[in-house]
Amino acid sequence: MNHLASGPEPSPDFLQLDRNEALSLLRSMVRIRRFEEKCAELYAAGKIRGFLHLYIGEEAIAAGVMPLLDADDAIVSTYREHGHALLRGVPPGAVMAEMFGKVQGCSRGRGGSMHLFDVSKRFYGGNAIVAGGIPIALGLALADKMQGRRHVTACLFGDGAVAEGEFHESMNLAALWKLPVLFLCENNQYAMGTAIDRYESEQNLALKAQSYRMGVERVDGMDVLAVRAATRRGLELVRGGGGPWFIELVTYRFRAHSAYDPELYRSKDEVKQWRKRDPIVLFEALASERGLVGPDDKVVIEQEIDAEVAAAVAFAEAGSLEPVGDLTKDVCASRGTP
Amino acid sequence: MTNGTAAPARKTTYREAVRAALREALRSDERVFLMGEDVGRYGGSYACSLGLLEEFGPERVRDTPLSEAAFVGAGIGAAMAGMRPIVEIMTVNFSLLALDQILNNAATLRHMSGGQVGVPLVIRMATGAGRQVAAQHSHSLENFYAHIPGLKVLAPATIEDARGMLATALEDPDPVILFEHAMLYPVEGELAADAGAVPIDRAAIRRAGKDATIIAYGGTVAKSLAAAQTLAERGVDAEVIDLRTLRPLDDDTIVASVTRTRRAVIVDEGWRTGSLAAEVCARIVEKAFYDLDAPIARVCTEEVPIPYAKHLEEAALPQPAKIVDAVLGTMGEAGHG
Amino acid sequence: MPSLGADMDAGTLVEWHVGPGTVVKRGDVVALVETDKGIVEVEIWESGTIDAVLVAPGTKVPVGTVLATTRADGAPTPATAAPPAVLNPPVSPAAPHAEVRASPAAKQLAREQGIDVTKLHGTGPHDTVTRADVERAVGATATGAPATSPEHERMQAPPPPAAAAERPSGIDTAGMRRAIAAAMARSKREIPHYYLSADIDLAATIAWLEGDNARRPVTERILLAALLLKATASAIREVPEINGHFVDGVFRPSSAAHLGVAISLRQGGLIAPAIHDVQDKSVAEVQIALRDLVARTRVGRLRSSEMSDPTLTVTNLGDQGVESVFGVIYPPQVALVGFGRVVERPWASGGMLGVRPIVTATLSADHRVSDGHRGGVFLAAVNRLLQRPEEL
Repeated sequence: MNHLASGPEPSPDFLQLDRNEALSLLRSMVRIRRFEEKCAELYAAGKIRGFLHLYIGEEAIAAGVMPLLDADDAIVSTYREHGHALLRGVPPGAVMAEMFGKVQGCSRGRGGSMHLFDVSKRFYGGNAIVAGGIPIALGLALADKMQGRRHVTACLFGDGAVAEGEFHESMNLAALWKLPVLFLCENNQYAMGTAIDRYESEQNLALKAQSYRMGVERVDGMDVLAVRAATRRGLELVRGGGGPWFIELVTYRFRAHSAYDPELYRSKDEVKQWRKRDPIVLFEALASERGLVGPDDKVVIEQEIDAEVAAAVAFAEAGSLEPVGDLTKDVCASRGTP
Repeated sequence: MTNGTAAPARKTTYREAVRAALREALRSDERVFLMGEDVGRYGGSYACSLGLLEEFGPERVRDTPLSEAAFVGAGIGAAMAGMRPIVEIMTVNFSLLALDQILNNAATLRHMSGGQVGVPLVIRMATGAGRQVAAQHSHSLENFYAHIPGLKVLAPATIEDARGMLATALEDPDPVILFEHAMLYPVEGELAADAGAVPIDRAAIRRAGKDATIIAYGGTVAKSLAAAQTLAERGVDAEVIDLRTLRPLDDDTIVASVTRTRRAVIVDEGWRTGSLAAEVCARIVEKAFYDLDAPIARVCTEEVPIPYAKHLEEAALPQPAKIVDAVLGTMGEAGHG
Repeated sequence: MPSLGADMDAGTLVEWHVGPGTVVKRGDVVALVETDKGIVEVEIWESGTIDAVLVAPGTKVPVGTVLATTRADGAPTPATAAPPAVLNPPVSPAAPHAEVRASPAAKQLAREQGIDVTKLHGTGPHDTVTRADVERAVGATATGAPATSPEHERMQAPPPPAAAAERPSGIDTAGMRRAIAAAMARSKREIPHYYLSADIDLAATIAWLEGDNARRPVTERILLAALLLKATASAIREVPEINGHFVDGVFRPSSAAHLGVAISLRQGGLIAPAIHDVQDKSVAEVQIALRDLVARTRVGRLRSSEMSDPTLTVTNLGDQGVESVFGVIYPPQVALVGFGRVVERPWASGGMLGVRPIVTATLSADHRVSDGHRGGVFLAAVNRLLQRPEEL
């Protein structure tokens, strides 16, 4: 039962990408890219504090996955979740305000960059413990299954999580109980500063999930169309009651693990090589080659995104701080000593 | 505090009371389900869920693999999405494998999300020592959990509380950890036939007294009552408080008692250093300093991993004789008459 | 200097990749900065032309320091760090008690000495009788004041406490002299002092003071010293480099003026505890605080914060007859202000010669933090403020 890099063949009409879809995909990726760049700038200026894990380079995954999820599907992600949140529909102003620590932030300033939550979008964070969110995803899926709801829980995590015990326990339990989880492993080939060939005895991560008797697929994470096709296949299988599905998406982050680090663990050459596979550049080339997108479109998109990002920053700047008197609010639901 | 004084009392055990509580929870609310190691086919490692799989089926009574982090996390996620899971971690000793999920997720999600996410989860764990099961199976780590904002921590010490705390815990919108001392399971006693939910926000005075206050919880309440009996024969009238809820602590009951008796002895099966007893001690000093006639005493487990040999295990744990000595120590001349 | 990490307070500029005149666009790497983790490339966030490079390679500067400016395409953006939120520690009020409370330590001593604690006045929190209160009662008993109740008569009168004359002050004078000597020596060794003086015409000041005091009851009259302190605190606003601490090679200015007041002790020695927040006190309040401080100092009842907090010390030896004093700065402070005796002197003003009450104000200051120009501005400010005493 070898599901590796296979699955049902994509239907012919799926391969037809129309102009609207192309523009939408391009806009999505540029939106993430410019937002993240602005975050880097604001971090250097001291406006965003703590840790900041940028998604630059990995945009194709969020752009390929998020639009395919239903409004009632659930999402559990990691500390590198800005891209996921934005494309899920969490307002950019709320995300920026959150990082500014303002009460108008999506988590009221209590979480920061690593803990973006928006329950109205079934976006359940934002988790700072590697692999810490995976068991939660199991639970969300379990509840859906027990209550007869045909929702899917999308669980995003990195390659580093695969080394954690919680990953293995969760793969086993999800497969055993046939939970409707779509596991999306964003393999950017580094667990913080350690390359995957230095921390995994078996680098084929999909193979590991497969060993738990789960369907798997391995995909080029820099190709937004490939991501989209694989996600569509996986969602269909999971929603149809086939149990969990695992997609390994091979990608690369162009910037440091968090905010800034001297990147002593990889060569500049390697980064340069991967930048040639920038998902935005690749898709723009493909789309213009097919005559779907022209240079004017890119200009318009950049202008629109610029305005959007500027508005998000302005919203965050104008925000207010939660009164210190409310410090112990929302530790417990009930009144009284937390 | 007693429920159902009109209904006839039946003889039962603490274990049976826990089972009755589980059965009532599963019957009355279809969102409730029990999940943990050997809770189904085996009937529960302490036989607390015997017969429940047969009665409610495998969807509601789920045996899990040995994966504490995964199934506790799954409990958290299920609670977030509308279920009312009861997760059983076989003993507090294994809960360390799930500490990340309990602390970083269950206790913290509501706060980190700015109030959006609630985790109405109940986790039950067996705790305590006394059966010669040695160092890795004999921990009392209630204080680890009582330390964490966002959690409620309960320690039912009586059959009535074993029967009634679960229902109230299931109503709570926040995560509740329920500690059942392993030595209490076979304890026999009477329970009103219509016994039900009990409050979980207050301590209880199990024995009124005027000379000293003994504060205990869980497995040490019975030992404290035994000590009080011995003390009475020596002319010392001790009050015994059963904390019942370890977080949040019921300061009012503690302070009111110590203000009257002016002496406090705290009994805690955790190790002395950094114990829950130390927290209670600090609160008494903060709020009743000027009413004390003597330093506060603690009777805790000695600074040693629990040994296997019976006499050594006994010497390590709090015992009625040590409690008696501690109380007499606070009395000075008055106690040695 | 950008913030490059959660725990970064400062960075060292290692190398510039651009210079004045280099055209840059957003995202270009313009410099290398060394952090604890290693060398990081720093990018510029705006496009334009580099105007001036302000920090030389090899220099370590705090996060937020402007490294370079640009012109033309974009306005130069000086990095500003967001001010940290200040959390006020929660204050929990304790419940009031009806009966007389005494601490265990007090009760113990009272038992030993045969004293009834319930008859004592408590000076501890919530009027609790403390051990010191009992000691005072013991001292009073030793001098014959009735303090015991009949039930305790079987306990004999205690032996007189050792060195009773020194006990109330609580200051070890020999130790203090040693400490002062060490501090003075260190101050002279480490701090490059410079000295300035200014003669200040106090005619207006004294006239106002006499008029104001005439309206006050005797017990509330204000002394010149209070005005001098208030003027000093206000002058700090113009020259903040006079007020604060120099620690670990860095000057930390203080937003508050906790003025150390040099007070001589009867048993010898000088001590300079602080009046806190003089900037927020009215002259009348400064007067009250000063009187209280002097009284407590003489009986050794100072709080540790009064000893550790002064941000600038004022020494006023006028009543000793000295006309001007150039003192030694108390480290870690960075200046010392002195006021001498008020003397009548001939004074030229408005082309006319007259006699005025003149005080010589002096400044000893740390040349690492301020220079003569700034010191002069400070003294000028003090002068100016004293000329309008009603506004102090």
